[in-house]
Amino acid sequence: MKKSKLNNILSVISLVVLVLVIVGIEQFNLFGLNSYVIGVIKLCCIYAICALSMNIVNGLTGMFSLGQPGFMALGAYTTGLLTVSAQDKIEIYKIKPIVGWLANLNAPFFIALIAGGVVAGFAAFLIGFPVLRLKGDYLAIASLGFSEIIRIFIQNGQSVTNGTTGLIRIPGHVNLYVAFGILALVVIFMVLLINSSYGRAFKAIREDEIAAEAMGVNLFKHKMYSFIMSGFIAGIGGGLLASHLGAISPDVFKFTLAYEILLMVVLGGQGSISGSIVGAFIVRAALEWLRIVDNPIKLGPINYPGISGMRMVVFSVVLMFIILFWSRGIFGSEEFSFDRIFRFFKNKKSAKEAE
Amino acid sequence: MLEIKNLYVNYGGIKALKGINMEIPDGKIITLVGANGAGKSTTLKSIMHLVNPASGEVIYNGENITKLSTQAITQKGIVLVPEGRHVFAELTVRENLKIGAYLRNDKEGIKKDINMCQELFPILKERKNQLAGTLSGGEQQMLAFARALMTRPKVLMMDEPSLGLAPLVIKDIFNKVQEINKEQKITILLIEQNANAALKIADYGYVMEVGTIGLEGTGTELLANQRVKDLYLGKSS
Repeated sequence: MKKSKLNNILSVISLVVLVLVIVGIEQFNLFGLNSYVIGVIKLCCIYAICALSMNIVNGLTGMFSLGQPGFMALGAYTTGLLTVSAQDKIEIYKIKPIVGWLANLNAPFFIALIAGGVVAGFAAFLIGFPVLRLKGDYLAIASLGFSEIIRIFIQNGQSVTNGTTGLIRIPGHVNLYVAFGILALVVIFMVLLINSSYGRAFKAIREDEIAAEAMGVNLFKHKMYSFIMSGFIAGIGGGLLASHLGAISPDVFKFTLAYEILLMVVLGGQGSISGSIVGAFIVRAALEWLRIVDNPIKLGPINYPGISGMRMVVFSVVLMFIILFWSRGIFGSEEFSFDRIFRFFKNKKSAKEAE
Repeated sequence: MLEIKNLYVNYGGIKALKGINMEIPDGKIITLVGANGAGKSTTLKSIMHLVNPASGEVIYNGENITKLSTQAITQKGIVLVPEGRHVFAELTVRENLKIGAYLRNDKEGIKKDINMCQELFPILKERKNQLAGTLSGGEQQMLAFARALMTRPKVLMMDEPSLGLAPLVIKDIFNKVQEINKEQKITILLIEQNANAALKIADYGYVMEVGTIGLEGTGTELLANQRVKDLYLGKSS
């Protein structure tokens, strides 16, 4: 469908406003947000990057992979190890000292970030050989398994990763510019990808493997491309997460993380870029906001003691309803546009008039 | 010229093809008819190397292509329209056509061929921005047909194009097959259960019987053959 002129103008305006707001918050603390809220916004961006990386494999290529936590962990640890200073490394590694060649290995943040992506992408390449021969649920199980294997390796590589204690004192380089900037780069990459012949081949594989192969699309090669791209971007996301949190441990990258990201993708709509971003912001922000049900609440005579973890229960119930009644997600496989919003309200209005 | 020499295919312990010999000369319409499970689709799949033959050879223009990858075979100009159409349901008609041209790099040529396909099947022009999954069965078959043409094939293999379609639509599609064969000089290998319709347009036909070629001859010969009549064409015809 052709986009209307109004839609294009509104898109440009909202983009400019978004940039101004980001600059405003970062430079002049517009709206007087406290650092906690800003932290949540940054976290939303990072999760959006990870959701997009999963979307390449799950939404665009139509495979069902749950390997994201493993790739994120590799990215996070690579970035962490390359940015923690030599002095701090000596102090952090208490049980076993760090191996010699890593002790003094340091790199600027952005190079460390890319290194994290490359390591994760390379891992995806290696894992891809056995895993991508599988389909559907089997692929999901195998990729989740590999993700757990990566985590266990990290947990036990005491002299490299500092084991269960994890890394601390990772310098924080993630401000709003970095978070939104990298998110924007990933979005641009995805848009270019979707409109390229590779993107079309991915979509062809998603729709029908037999027909795609009959048209000359090399299935394994393209699945591998998709898997590596996804791994690379997840690695970058992991690196950002490490720098944002300042401390990482193997527990951060448990398999529950895969479901959380999957939720963002499914809620937003599989195959939709804007869907993944909106999904990530909603899920992450809602998880923070729902912390109120974890705390004690006094409502007149009712005294609710507060159960920690209750927010996950509430959240899961809400999500079950979404999956049951809105299974295509917010955007389906389409993208956000103002035209859609206008049409939505127009249809509502005409439906009302019809009554 | 595409030749199949002494082709054997096994599915586990089941012998699907037991020594098939076929010749598909350039520019002709060849049809392969037979009952369910006779091995028609298996023959096509082994030409495309979608299944692995146990022994035997597929030879195209003097070159042995039995062991080439499906992509390489497509690149040589042999293309398959799979049974049951297999259009990309969630993509638009136009995108479907573009994926057909996946192995090609000539932008101008692709544009020209899209126009050619839209002229051949005007319905595809009308519905170019519609999702392929929302088309009717006949329209989907035409799309699958057009998508295969986008690869610029020299040999077009069609697996049961009449499957689940109304008689009028079948007639239309068979007309298009003839038209393409005549005007673009594309060799056609047509697999059909609807033997009557297929033999009428075919230059030469093979009748398959459980893994072997039972009979062969020109279309009119086979149509007149008593055994073919009894087995595949029904009493009334």
